[in-house]
Amino acid sequence: MVSAAVATTANAWQILAGVADPEIPVVSVVDLGIVRAVKVSDDQRRVVVTLTPTYSGCPATEVIAHDVREALTTAYDEVVIDVQLSPAWTTEWLSAGGREKLRGFGIAPPNGRGVTADGRKSLPILEIGRPERCPSCGSTQLDELSRFGSTPCKSLWRCEDCREPFDYFKVH
Amino acid sequence: MCLMVLPTSDQAPLRDVATVADCCLIASHRLAEWVSNAPSMEEDVAIGNIALDLLGQARGLLSHLGDEDQLAYFRDAVSFRNPVICELPNGDFAHTMLRQLFLDVWLEQVWRAFAASDDEVVRGVAEKAIKENAYHRRHSSSWVVRLGDGTDESHRRMLAALDELWPYCWEIAVDGWYDEVVFVLNTATLPTPAPPHADPQQAPRVDHTVHLTELLAEMQSLARAHPGASW
Repeated sequence: MVSAAVATTANAWQILAGVADPEIPVVSVVDLGIVRAVKVSDDQRRVVVTLTPTYSGCPATEVIAHDVREALTTAYDEVVIDVQLSPAWTTEWLSAGGREKLRGFGIAPPNGRGVTADGRKSLPILEIGRPERCPSCGSTQLDELSRFGSTPCKSLWRCEDCREPFDYFKVH
Repeated sequence: MCLMVLPTSDQAPLRDVATVADCCLIASHRLAEWVSNAPSMEEDVAIGNIALDLLGQARGLLSHLGDEDQLAYFRDAVSFRNPVICELPNGDFAHTMLRQLFLDVWLEQVWRAFAASDDEVVRGVAEKAIKENAYHRRHSSSWVVRLGDGTDESHRRMLAALDELWPYCWEIAVDGWYDEVVFVLNTATLPTPAPPHADPQQAPRVDHTVHLTELLAEMQSLARAHPGASW
């Protein structure tokens, strides 16, 4: 039998799964992997959500905290948002479903392992990482246009076959 | 003010949280000056992104040291701790990219040291920043190589930038910095300068230049004219 507290924690997660990322509304904050913990009090009135920001300067961070609070206020008397910086967010935490949703939205999901805090994994100049295939036509003939894109988490690419430019969610 | 001293060589005396916070803030402002003036639209976007990361890093540290707005907007130049190289005017694109390389290599060392801090917030900001900095560094080093090993004109401009910026590098030349920088310079077919040093006869020894005062006059004017403004 599932205890009441566990059931309401699941309920909180379900609410959070409906909170969209403000920049990429097709994925939820849960898909992004930025919700690190959810704790509901024994009397089920209070919920504590632990969020880890994606990028230091990402303007979406404050909007996300606001949206999470709004969504949970419908079910709980008190909503506490706890920001946890360490361990740092990594694209390893994107859900499998989130990756598919990105692809469906025209954003190539990250391809490669996220950089860990102690990982000196690349030469300073050469290693860049690249999308696996074009999200429109599936071609692997791809060209990097810019390593930085319309939001901190993306870079800009173009497919050499269908000629469509597209965003690539960077490995992080 | 919270002082957190990093392990350093003798030539890099001020390596604390306030120094790094101010460096990120001032470097971010200088980069933001390029937005809409960069050589291409993609470069506007890239520089804007890097400036935003640096601003976020500065905010993380400044808000840990006190009230971030108070610290950013209501201090005068004399209380800023950033290395002088951050505040120099942008110059041409070669100048900006070379300075960014110097700062990125320094910050990489800084963030690695901070990531081992006992302070939870400093450690958290650093863990995030290490990854962001890796992208910045790839960007700056690839531009330095492209311009240094480019046309006669771009090579000449890189040489001029190196001449101008090198005397300021002693402040950021932590252990390991020189070798990393020389590797990129050599890949860019640029000469190997002598290791930076704090010899008062040869290096500029000023706490700040007038350029910081001018930068702050612009950056702080809105907050000072309308204290507490928000939008």
